[in-house]
Amino acid sequence: MAKTLYQKIYQSHVVAPVNGSTDLLFVDRHLIHEVTSPQAFAGLRQAGRTVRRPDLTYATMDHNVSTQLRSIDAAGETSRKQLEALATNCKEFNVPLLDLMHPDQGIVHVIGPELGLTQPGMIIVCGDSHTSTHGAFGAIAFGIGTSEVEHVLATQTLQQQVAKTLKVEVTGSLSPFVTPKDVIMAVIGQLGTAGGNGYVAEFCGSAIRGMSMEGRMTLCNMSIEMGAKAGLIAPDEVTFAYLKGKPHAPQAEHWDAAVQYWQSLFSDVDAVFDKTVTITAESIRPQVTWGTNPEQVIAVDQPIPSPESFSDLIKADAARRALTYMGIEAGQKLTDLKVDVVFIGSCTNSRIEDLRQAAAIVQGKQVASGVRALIVPGSGQVKRQAEAEGLADIFKASGFEWREPGCSMCLGMNDDRVEAGQRCASTSNRNFEGRQGRGSRTHLVSPAMAAAAAIAGRFVDISYVERTEGTFQ
Amino acid sequence: MSQIFAQGLVCPLDKNNVDTDQIIPKQFLTSVSRDGFAQALFYDWRYLANEQPNPDFVLNEPAYKGASILLTRANFGCGSSREHAPWAIQQYGFNVVIAESFADIFFNNSINNGMLLISLSASNIEFLFSRCQQSTQEWKIDLAGQQIILGNNAAVGFQIDPDIKQRLLSGLDFIGASEQFEPHISGYEKQRATAQPWLG
Repeated sequence: MAKTLYQKIYQSHVVAPVNGSTDLLFVDRHLIHEVTSPQAFAGLRQAGRTVRRPDLTYATMDHNVSTQLRSIDAAGETSRKQLEALATNCKEFNVPLLDLMHPDQGIVHVIGPELGLTQPGMIIVCGDSHTSTHGAFGAIAFGIGTSEVEHVLATQTLQQQVAKTLKVEVTGSLSPFVTPKDVIMAVIGQLGTAGGNGYVAEFCGSAIRGMSMEGRMTLCNMSIEMGAKAGLIAPDEVTFAYLKGKPHAPQAEHWDAAVQYWQSLFSDVDAVFDKTVTITAESIRPQVTWGTNPEQVIAVDQPIPSPESFSDLIKADAARRALTYMGIEAGQKLTDLKVDVVFIGSCTNSRIEDLRQAAAIVQGKQVASGVRALIVPGSGQVKRQAEAEGLADIFKASGFEWREPGCSMCLGMNDDRVEAGQRCASTSNRNFEGRQGRGSRTHLVSPAMAAAAAIAGRFVDISYVERTEGTFQ
Repeated sequence: MSQIFAQGLVCPLDKNNVDTDQIIPKQFLTSVSRDGFAQALFYDWRYLANEQPNPDFVLNEPAYKGASILLTRANFGCGSSREHAPWAIQQYGFNVVIAESFADIFFNNSINNGMLLISLSASNIEFLFSRCQQSTQEWKIDLAGQQIILGNNAAVGFQIDPDIKQRLLSGLDFIGASEQFEPHISGYEKQRATAQPWLG
């Protein structure tokens, strides 16, 4: 019978059926961090259990670390205790840890791929919803809670049920200055924040094939923002080329066999998906969220919608509340909105290509007066590369703060926060109320759009400026 | 035979897409404990900037003091996977949440803490909200019989996955249950190491 990619990977990981609807699945990689693991280790200890496969478990520090100083003391007392707990737990249970002093430390979803830990055909879990990022390699990757972290630590398995399948096909090719971030925001705008609930989404089509691995990661990263359990993309030559030579990727003696296996990982042509959505790449323009959840998104040249334009009364009410919270009015142009803060970073957009796109926009220009602009690279590797390529110098000369790796202002667990009432152009993934700080107003955008907003001090339609003035080249 | 899983006062939270950042904001996630999150529940809605209770938030209304059943709308618990969200809800006193739908990770996290999450059709949710508008409600949740008993012979039935129902009724330790498959896990590991030696 024809199978989807998701079904192939799922079936190859069944350890045993638990009952009619639930299977026990083997987990190939378990990534952990300081925030969602301490209670899991405490539970293990309490029950007298141990970590079954510390060799398949990898830890890093990312969520609450300071991005100004490489010290666990720099993030405040309770954060220091949590970071220390991770170090103690990893030592006691022999789990490898990339701590703050490690040159490869970084955001868990940036370093997994970078180190070659993420590979096609795997099941990868982490106590973080943006684990969907790793699906870019053709792996089933999803976020879990702390009880499940404990379950995986103890058994290297999870009890799961088969999800429904959603095919998202993006045909054609992207216009200049339209990025994978804009694609996924447009998809979420169309499907809604709950449109993917119960589904695993597979992205396909020529626009997806044309994306780099980093672009594919951005795309899969935000699958969770439409409620999908996971997002995935069939591996291809782009995937194999990215992985070759990475420290944890299959080494020479196994490489050919691994690639041969990976080449079998695709949805059969006659596989049946439970739902299919097709989008034309050319129809997508640079996206900006205007509200307080990721489905409240428009193209930068569209007016902010009026609540009355929503036929669904509950959505209309949500729009009304969002406009009030965001301090904006229906009919306003995004390009008239001034920004106070610009954040370029997060597991969505903190990789080297993101920084190159931002640097190309800001080179030789100055951050607008009164705007606070931060660049937080996703990992030690990204940071070193950006410095070697001269990107860090470009950012610093333009007036950006150049920080150490971490999750930073995406969720403001450390001291990188947006003040109440401030408007932030952010390359992160969630524009929820208070996400970046109590009362903060977040507009999600691509790195190029964020960079342009930093220079102009307001949102800019970079594709329009490019077409008419050729400024952003 | 009816078996009452929970009973008590209902608090209506009339919003769609309540995300886990609203359920428990980031500043409470630095704890290494599973306890102490009740005060943090819906913090930014529940308290004003001066940390005084916000009189306009439904949980602070005297009529809902001591509520143990939370009624809300669609896509409850979306966003971050933080299990601190169900911990905060449960520690505040809610052991049952009724909504049109739930985000997947939040749903699993809640079940793993022994909470009952009930999904109902939009029209049934609307009906329950309309009852809450008329008067404060006290309901009983009959899990075995899969019904919400509203009183005066009125009830609303609900669907639930039979495995989840069984787990909630028997209080099964889910790690312990998976450990019963130890020979299967070891067997899988051996086969995996042979077939795909690059996986580690």
